[in-house]
Amino acid sequence: MKEEGFTQHHISRQFNIELSELRNQFLSMGGLVEEQLANAITALVTRDYHLARQVATSDYKVNALEVTIDEESRIIIARRQPTAIDLRLVMAVIKTITDLERIGDEAEHIAQMALQMEGEASDKYFIAVNHLGDYVCSMLHNALDAFARLDTESALQVIHESIKVDGEYESISRQLLTYMMEDQRTIPVILNILWSARALERIAAHSRNICEYLIYLVKGKDIRHTSLEMVEKQALHAP
Amino acid sequence: MTELNTARTHSLNFAALGRSEPTFELQHETISLEVKNLNLFYDNKQALHNINMHIPKRRVTAYIGPSGCGKSTLLRCFNRMNDLVDDVKITGEILLDGENIYHPAVNVADLRRRIGMVFQKPNPFPKTIYENVAYGLRLQGINTRRILDDVVEKSLKGAALWDEVNNRLHENALGLSGGQQQRLVIARAIAIEPEVLLLDEPASALDPISTLKIEELINELKSDYTIIIVTHNMQQAARVSDYTAFMYLGELIEFGSTTTLFTNPAQKQTEDYITGRYG
Repeated sequence: MKEEGFTQHHISRQFNIELSELRNQFLSMGGLVEEQLANAITALVTRDYHLARQVATSDYKVNALEVTIDEESRIIIARRQPTAIDLRLVMAVIKTITDLERIGDEAEHIAQMALQMEGEASDKYFIAVNHLGDYVCSMLHNALDAFARLDTESALQVIHESIKVDGEYESISRQLLTYMMEDQRTIPVILNILWSARALERIAAHSRNICEYLIYLVKGKDIRHTSLEMVEKQALHAP
Repeated sequence: MTELNTARTHSLNFAALGRSEPTFELQHETISLEVKNLNLFYDNKQALHNINMHIPKRRVTAYIGPSGCGKSTLLRCFNRMNDLVDDVKITGEILLDGENIYHPAVNVADLRRRIGMVFQKPNPFPKTIYENVAYGLRLQGINTRRILDDVVEKSLKGAALWDEVNNRLHENALGLSGGQQQRLVIARAIAIEPEVLLLDEPASALDPISTLKIEELINELKSDYTIIIVTHNMQQAARVSDYTAFMYLGELIEFGSTTTLFTNPAQKQTEDYITGRYG
């Protein structure tokens, strides 16, 4: 049951259509959030106020999709009483879009930080956060890609990466703290960068959640709040 | 702060542990009926293929599967109703509390007293409500008014019908609604205190509210009886049963806790059936 196959082959063709529609809406929400995040990071590190404003004023689209997808899921539950993989798909989508919406909020938050940057700020302050941003962007991309392909191995990889992000975030915090101690005039700018790094760390955690829902969807086992060994076991075992 | 962290870690571990154990697990149950290598043939056509399963005591076990999959045939094996059909051959065993019900020495009437059955269409006798419930006891030669009164009241209460009929016990049972008739039939079945209740599509001829009443009743009855239900309505199986068995073309495909079967079935055939896919 790869890719789109699992939304198909119901005796009720209308049900196929509803599930495909749900999946498509979900994927476009993912695409939109990914774009918002990439733009927010670019806006921050290049101090592109125009782009930052665009991100901040586009978050409503993400929110609107969340509401639409929730509504569609509700209708499917009420009218179709889905079971087994269909039920897990609807549950996973409902849970995932909450994380996607939060990622959208964090991206907007980063854009707001970019908008607040006043005056000149040295590029060197942004190197680490730029690197973290790229890393988290690719994590989110891989998480959504894994979801689209129902690929639990890639999902597991994202979960591993999210653990590295925690370390990365700590080292960025230490580095930025050093800059602030060296020159107190940089504090307002660097605080904004620090909060942006914090937002990226949250996004990595949300991406991890998405991968956990995917493993639940494909393997039928809820692996949230379990050990990494348990997650690996479930992600790799044959269904 | 440290204490808080420890508490949180503990609660997470607890949650993780709790989740790994499903609500119902067959290996922890007392077994009421055991089906061993059961095969059934109508003439030369094999209708049941080597069925093996354990039916837990004081739980609700549901059979689901498409028409003709053998679920009703299997249900009828449990109280030897198939004995009444010509040209049926059965091999294998069904053990009730460890004793084979197909042993030649078994008294079938006695077996059917221990394993009661309720059918799809309510079939009250054209007698009063009271006499319907008392019927089984009268057959056993019990005619003492006081005993009969007690049993009728207890059984009607057990079948959640007492409040609706206690002021017209001596009216004809055919005057009751379909849902009431079905509960009356259940009251008649439990009046003789069977160990097992077989329900063959007990709610399929009833409206949604009467159906819910029957389902609620099943839930109450399971504290005293082992219940086996055959249903076409999968949502009903999901609602009322603790264990579900999926049958297909005379074979038992999957049997396990209802929660697992409806959220994460092990077999693709089960999944295709419960999600409404063509195989």
